[in-house]
Amino acid sequence: MYDAVYPFLIEPFAKMWTDMPLFFAETVISGVMAGVMYSLVALGFVLIYKASGIFNFAQGVLALFAALTLTGIMDNFGAPGWLAIILTVAIMFGLAWLIQKLVFNHLINQEPIILFMATLGLAYFLEGAGDIMWGSDVKVVNLGIPQGASQWLLDGPGLYVEKLEIVAAVTAAILVTALTIFFQKTRIGRALRAVADDHQAAMSVGISLEKIWIVVWAVAGLVALVAGIMWGTKSGVQFSLSLIALKALPVLILGGFTSVPGAIVGGLIIGVGEKIAEVYWGPALGGAIENWFAYMLALAFLLFRPQGLFGEKIIERV
Amino acid sequence: MTQTASSPAPETAAASPLLKVNNIEVIYDHVILVLKGVSLDVPEGGITALLGANGAGKTTTLKAVSNLLRAERGDVTKGSIEFKGDRIDHLSANELVKRGCIQVMEGRHCFEHLTIEENLLTGAFTRRDGSSAINHDLDMVYGYFPRLRERRTSLAGYTSGGEQQMCAIGRALMSRPTMILLDEPSMGLAPQLVEEIFEIVKKLNEDEGVSFLLAEQNTNVALRYAKYGYILENGRVVMDGVAAELRENEDVKEFYLGVAGEDRKSFRNVKAYKRRKRWLA
Ligand SMILES: Nc1ncnc2c1ncn2[C@@H]1O[C@H](COP(=O)(O)OP(=O)(O)OP(=O)(O)O)[C@@H](O)[C@H]1O
Ligand SMILES: [Mg+2]
Repeated sequence: MYDAVYPFLIEPFAKMWTDMPLFFAETVISGVMAGVMYSLVALGFVLIYKASGIFNFAQGVLALFAALTLTGIMDNFGAPGWLAIILTVAIMFGLAWLIQKLVFNHLINQEPIILFMATLGLAYFLEGAGDIMWGSDVKVVNLGIPQGASQWLLDGPGLYVEKLEIVAAVTAAILVTALTIFFQKTRIGRALRAVADDHQAAMSVGISLEKIWIVVWAVAGLVALVAGIMWGTKSGVQFSLSLIALKALPVLILGGFTSVPGAIVGGLIIGVGEKIAEVYWGPALGGAIENWFAYMLALAFLLFRPQGLFGEKIIERV
Repeated sequence: MTQTASSPAPETAAASPLLKVNNIEVIYDHVILVLKGVSLDVPEGGITALLGANGAGKTTTLKAVSNLLRAERGDVTKGSIEFKGDRIDHLSANELVKRGCIQVMEGRHCFEHLTIEENLLTGAFTRRDGSSAINHDLDMVYGYFPRLRERRTSLAGYTSGGEQQMCAIGRALMSRPTMILLDEPSMGLAPQLVEEIFEIVKKLNEDEGVSFLLAEQNTNVALRYAKYGYILENGRVVMDGVAAELRENEDVKEFYLGVAGEDRKSFRNVKAYKRRKRWLA
């Protein structure tokens, strides 16, 4: 078995690493950018799923909607970037409130499949709403995020790295750190974890599930906004943005549906993995590996480790 | 409060009881009638026991009060519930906790992935009186449950059943309640531990002035600590009285305290045996 797969699966990496370390590093770094996007979208999924058991199909559209709103405010009202961001955050929070009040408050105690269908409807609604309000042409996010190669890395080790990629990685890292502190150290964050553990017990101590779910949707909206800004800066704000949600699915299978670290690590593995696969096996398999690599990897995981890399630690007392 | 124990009926003893459940009917899933007119009074400052076999409706009664029924598709369809003189049947659990009535659920329901201390702090969620007051009460809880202090940083899911029961009670205390609805604290615990927990309940009742409505299958222990008891069967109150008197009651002795030898009873009186079976099924 090992001898059979080694030349195809392992050797290429070893070779790439030893023969072309810089090229390898560049490939990995460009994979990180895509990976960060997947991670952010998957993170939104995980938060909502953990706290409410809702499988939120609309997470990708949420990113599109956020980016559309941001560019819409900037283009149509000439608002400066910082103001547009604040307004968009406010709109995403308002949206979270509306989603809970108008949709999920009426679906309490319903089957998961019904909740899922509701998010499906939500996805189409948001897509349409974004379209009607801000138009369907491709928009450019113009927040002054630096573009082009990082001169410093080019001059130094001779690496070609997009500045945007660095900004995206750093922003995502800051966001994840801030969220971690929020979940671990604050009263609301603690309540949120309590709700994720046991709905009834949370209710019994006076935690309002409705409030917590609004917070969760708001956080998911915030994460979606960051993803929307990064992706929009790179490729423009257009419908395809919502499709990164489809890539988040394999990320979830890899990382485990209820694990925040899993979402992040899973996203990075898939982002980096598909880039490397494309570069190395692309010629051998006729290219476009990037399109299906994530799903194959997810399939392999489903067969061998269905709970994912970081699948929830199930506590069993002895 | 001490008069209540010696007077036969609480309705006449206390002008207005802390909790008054008035002839409630509860239906699950719109069709399953579980409580068929339950009334009970919990006086302020006492421990009142709600007894009965599996499926009698004890948990349902407590959840009707704490308003956790809706999450189980249960509904109070008749009757009324008053706490401190106000109707509470349509208040959310959250509002009820703010008013001082909190439930400790059957089976503890600690937050497994939170530490013991985090669990306790979730109990203070509804409070707005600042972190120094909350920390003070955290110390108070650790005072009553020294074991929880030792296990402060352990995930609740990894602690023992007894520690989880203490954690669940401590968590409820953190809301500064007037009344705790305590559902089967003895479940699955060794007799010695049951005794330990009931001693603490008694102390909380005496020193902190917390009133308890205590649902128990363990009639023996419950009647030793409670002042008054109600016996529930098939969704109806079939008997109530001062705890000391209930303990002397022949039926209670036979069906719940198991004083008479089971074999002899069952052979001598087939009808009683069947009743017993139904009660304990
Ligand atoms: N969510 C529910 N849906 C339908 N029926 C229910 C539900 N919960 C409880 N019941 C039914 O209501 C009746 C009373 O249940 P309840 O849990 O109140 O009894 P209990 O006295 O607490 O019993 P135990 O001592 O076993 O805890 C039982 O017949 C039970 O099957
Ligand atoms: Mg019960």
